[in-house]
Amino acid sequence: MPIPLPTVNLIDISPEIILGVFGVLVLLIDLFLRRERKGHLAVLSLIGVVGAFYASLRLWGSSHYAFSQSIVVDNLSLFFNGIFLLGTALVILMSVSYIRREGINLGEYYSLLLFSTLGMLIISSGNDLIILFLGLELVSIPLYILSGFARTNLKSNEAALKYLLLGVFATAFLLYGIALVYGSTGSIKLPMIAKLLSDTAVSSNPLLFIGMGMLIIGFGFKVALVPFHMWTPDVYEGAPTSVTAFMSVGVKAAGFAALLRVLLTALDKLQFSWVSILVVLAILTMTVGNVIALVQTNIKRLLAYSSIAHAGYLLLGLVAGSRLGVSSILFYLVVYALMNLGAFAVVILVGRKGDQNLHLNDYAGLGYRYPLMGAAMSIFLFSLAGIPPTAGFVAKFYIFSAAVKEGFVKLAIIGVLNSALSLFYYLRIMVIMYMREPEKKEVLPILFSPGLVIALLIAVLGVLYLGILPSRVLDLATSAIRTFLSG
Amino acid sequence: MVPLSYYLLLSAVLFSIGAVGVLIRRNVLIMFMSIELMLNAVNLSFVAFSRFLDSLEGQVFVFLVMAVAAAEVAVGLAIIICIFRNKATVNVDEINLMKG
Repeated sequence: MPIPLPTVNLIDISPEIILGVFGVLVLLIDLFLRRERKGHLAVLSLIGVVGAFYASLRLWGSSHYAFSQSIVVDNLSLFFNGIFLLGTALVILMSVSYIRREGINLGEYYSLLLFSTLGMLIISSGNDLIILFLGLELVSIPLYILSGFARTNLKSNEAALKYLLLGVFATAFLLYGIALVYGSTGSIKLPMIAKLLSDTAVSSNPLLFIGMGMLIIGFGFKVALVPFHMWTPDVYEGAPTSVTAFMSVGVKAAGFAALLRVLLTALDKLQFSWVSILVVLAILTMTVGNVIALVQTNIKRLLAYSSIAHAGYLLLGLVAGSRLGVSSILFYLVVYALMNLGAFAVVILVGRKGDQNLHLNDYAGLGYRYPLMGAAMSIFLFSLAGIPPTAGFVAKFYIFSAAVKEGFVKLAIIGVLNSALSLFYYLRIMVIMYMREPEKKEVLPILFSPGLVIALLIAVLGVLYLGILPSRVLDLATSAIRTFLSG
Repeated sequence: MVPLSYYLLLSAVLFSIGAVGVLIRRNVLIMFMSIELMLNAVNLSFVAFSRFLDSLEGQVFVFLVMAVAAAEVAVGLAIIICIFRNKATVNVDEINLMKG
């Protein structure tokens, strides 16, 4: 069997190349830096992230396959690149002082972050089940290490082990799903699968449906859908806070990028069957996430359950499956990245060495002692709850209206009820911040490091800007899917 | 030639044994072996499909799965060593600081 050699155009994967090169560069330069100067590596990583962002911008508007159809360069993948790189940039800014405080300021930290982001970029442009699988693993493996990065902290170790065991377990299901889809259709290229599925003999093969179910299980683990969410709270609590922030935004967005590609490009013909699965998962995810979040007392656990609930809202857009649905997912992910990373930045600021000060009661009186930080946290919490004029409201509005337009009225109502429920625990944090006296009298002052302040500022301004003037980013999100859904 | 369904059945059985192993065994190392069994069960079905569909993609996939599995095990063993240094155990029931 002759194997045709693909034409290679490296420009198509220039964002990935830049990020990979910088990841290796960070590792190399790390050897020559003393421990207290590792902060320089953060600057280097930021340059890499900005470079990849610039490369993605340069590619904006193109829509073609590369590397014998295993990579697709279209606005959707480039928009996702933007989300991932924005998230990574904010996380790097937040990390510098945090990892110094925790005594884990090693160069590998940054290069693992970059490699994980590289995996996300690969997922977003994957047009082939092999590429999607490799991307997903490239996202996950560095994160297994990062969540155990505080080596001497037993909680961090435990988080890493739990994440690894369940992550690999999920990978096995994902792979089995891929194998069955490959076996029943005969191709691993997403557009090719879609084409082959128009043959009813292929699309009624029971193996295909089992495979689809396994794929949904595998991706469900990665984006933490209920009932595949068991690892989330433990891992989010145990991992270093900056890594938790990265996981909650990056992995979720990457998982949704993969789900969009697989379900809407390859398995579009089976929409009737996966929509009903996703509806059930969406209802479960929203409700369980919000209800369990109500009783949490650890802020990281609370944000973990809130991120589960947000995955549920995002599913609504996928269930709708329309242009509006997909573009509202994109917009929601941008907003979610900003508000969630902002909230985590505040958690890092309030936290103390050894991941102390994470109890909700530790936030008592913060609103008065640090008015600006209190205001920022309030904005993030309002946005997470979906209250105007913050971006969270606009994002939820578009997602719910997409669901309603496609006839999922009941589902949208459940979503709205759930966000009302979520208001309770978000507001509880604000009540504690503003209306309760701190229990301990002497509190260590909060050290505001430049990186964290910049990250907070970007997040606050972004959340307010997208809340008041969302149209520009919404237009971008709409133009991002122009070539995607038309095939 | 052995029919395809035999291979798929064997693969499904191996996969289930692996999945059950992960769920009921409490020793981390054995859980890892079970996961490895699951991945190799998948490899078996990839190879079988590849043979019967007469396409190379499945075989390529197997190589990549093996490489990824090796990477995962390397990371996993490192994490287990880390835990063992802090708390001399490989039993997952004793690694339970966080619950809820």
